[in-house]
Amino acid sequence: MNTQSNAMTESSIQSQGTAPAAVSPARVMYWSIRRELWENRSIYIAPLAAAGLFLFGFVINLAGMRRHIAASLLGPGQQRDLLMTRYELSASLIMGTALIVGIFYSLDALYGERRDRSILFWKSLPVSDLLTVLSKLAIPIVILPLLSFAITLATQFIMLVLASVMLLGSGVNIAALWTQVSFPQVSGVLLYHLLTVHGLYYAPIYGWLLMVSAWAPRAPFIWAFLPPFVISGVEKIAFNTTYFLSLLEERLVGGPESSMAANDHAKDWTGTLIPHHFFGTPGLWIGLAIAAVFLGVAVRLRRYRGPI
Amino acid sequence: MPCIEARGLRKAFGTTIALDGINLRLEEGRILGMIGPNGAGKTTALNAILGLTPFQGELRVLGRDPWAERDQLMRDVCFIADVAVLPRWMRVSQALDYVAGVHPRFDRAKAEGLLAKTAIKHTSKIRHLSKGMVAQLHLALVMAIDARLLVLDEPTLGLDILFRKQFYDSLLNDYFDRSRTILVTTHQVEELQHILTDLMFIDRGRIVLNCSMDELESRYVEVTVNPDRVAAARALKPIYERNVFGRSVLLFDIKPDLGANKIVDRPQLAALGEARTPSIADLFIAVVGNQYAAQGAAQ
Repeated sequence: MNTQSNAMTESSIQSQGTAPAAVSPARVMYWSIRRELWENRSIYIAPLAAAGLFLFGFVINLAGMRRHIAASLLGPGQQRDLLMTRYELSASLIMGTALIVGIFYSLDALYGERRDRSILFWKSLPVSDLLTVLSKLAIPIVILPLLSFAITLATQFIMLVLASVMLLGSGVNIAALWTQVSFPQVSGVLLYHLLTVHGLYYAPIYGWLLMVSAWAPRAPFIWAFLPPFVISGVEKIAFNTTYFLSLLEERLVGGPESSMAANDHAKDWTGTLIPHHFFGTPGLWIGLAIAAVFLGVAVRLRRYRGPI
Repeated sequence: MPCIEARGLRKAFGTTIALDGINLRLEEGRILGMIGPNGAGKTTALNAILGLTPFQGELRVLGRDPWAERDQLMRDVCFIADVAVLPRWMRVSQALDYVAGVHPRFDRAKAEGLLAKTAIKHTSKIRHLSKGMVAQLHLALVMAIDARLLVLDEPTLGLDILFRKQFYDSLLNDYFDRSRTILVTTHQVEELQHILTDLMFIDRGRIVLNCSMDELESRYVEVTVNPDRVAAARALKPIYERNVFGRSVLLFDIKPDLGANKIVDRPQLAALGEARTPSIADLFIAVVGNQYAAQGAAQ
């Protein structure tokens, strides 16, 4: 009996010795992000659907254009910009969709797991609260921008092909379409914008949403949007100022100006990128610091919070 | 090193005291059943042990402070905190992939082997599984993890008797060896009687009984007393009396630790009628239920 139990302890010690003590954080992060994509398929379905619908609209648009060109209503200047403005439109649509998906995703990320009690399952695994929150933050600030970038690029390429096919023989110089649109430059600007503005400049917004999501006893949407609304109202009545509101506005729409030069029609698109300007803005760093505080609170909250 | 060691473990929510100074020592290789009425503090105790809630007092689990060292502890501790906490949107195959991805001690082949014995398909979504199948899946995931402590909080709640029986059989046959420790709370004590090595009754944040099953057998005797011996039996101070089909069933605490001073002994009780070891359920009613009765009388 004694020898048997000894043998058992030995073997269990051995098995504990040979088993790896930990999985690398990178691997845990990889699986955590995959897990998010399994659960929230809208992360890639919504931008894809937006792109698909845009292409549908674009085909109708091209059909209309063919008639105008035939009637020579389209000047040479318009011909030149034929695709450029539509490219920008497609990028904005996909980006906007990703933004909305990101906002709703963040609001539910740490709330949904408490509501459906699955937090008890996630917490039974050796994944820290910090890593969990970071993996959920990665969705809006890394995954969604990269996804939007890839989808936009594919959409624009399809647009180019569609335009070439549909405008063939209509008098538009197809070859010019292809030479004029310089993919590396356009996509470089887009990627830069997505990573700086959507990834870094919006970080405090996603941090706030994740924090509310970790805290809210119910209805995270209301808790996320009511306080800013009330604060600006109180500021207006108390001091008759709108600093808070303009601060929010600046955060939401002011980003692009600070990362790119205003001259959109410059021939050399890469020349409009001014990283030293963007990374030199105190607003960016203050925003990142605020994001870090929000995320720190979210991590802490997740430690204490159980299912609702 | 004991698996769990608590001294003066306290936890209060506002003015409600959930744990009122618990002392507990659980050695490795034991199966402890923690039984208590609703709101007795069982879940709070488990949450403290699992590092899900901060606490006062001293608590070490596998030599670690569960609140401060939760991340490291979770590599060696596994738990099923409740039935139906597996995410409903997940597919069975995704659950396997994910746990294999993040857990260093997960043996995927073992989990697949356990699942092969059930009717669960890898492509199924958890929301489409029956409650019993979800419990089977969760158990398969947890049993494939080479953990040193397994904590089960009401793991079989809402399952029918077949699934419950199978659940504990599987746990005992395919998982438990003497190097692992299991801590389980449940209201359904019938299936547990022959599985546990240790028993604890907890009520209003306090431990009211803590003994091994061997001690229980030597200490408590339930006697269906012959009708002519009832008065004599009552004189021996039973801790509980109930009526079954018109016959008195008395429960005695022999208190062997009193040695020669003990109130009654086994032969004496055997002479009164049919003597046997009480079921956990009857003992629970006698020990915990009695306190409520005594309190009611005092007020």
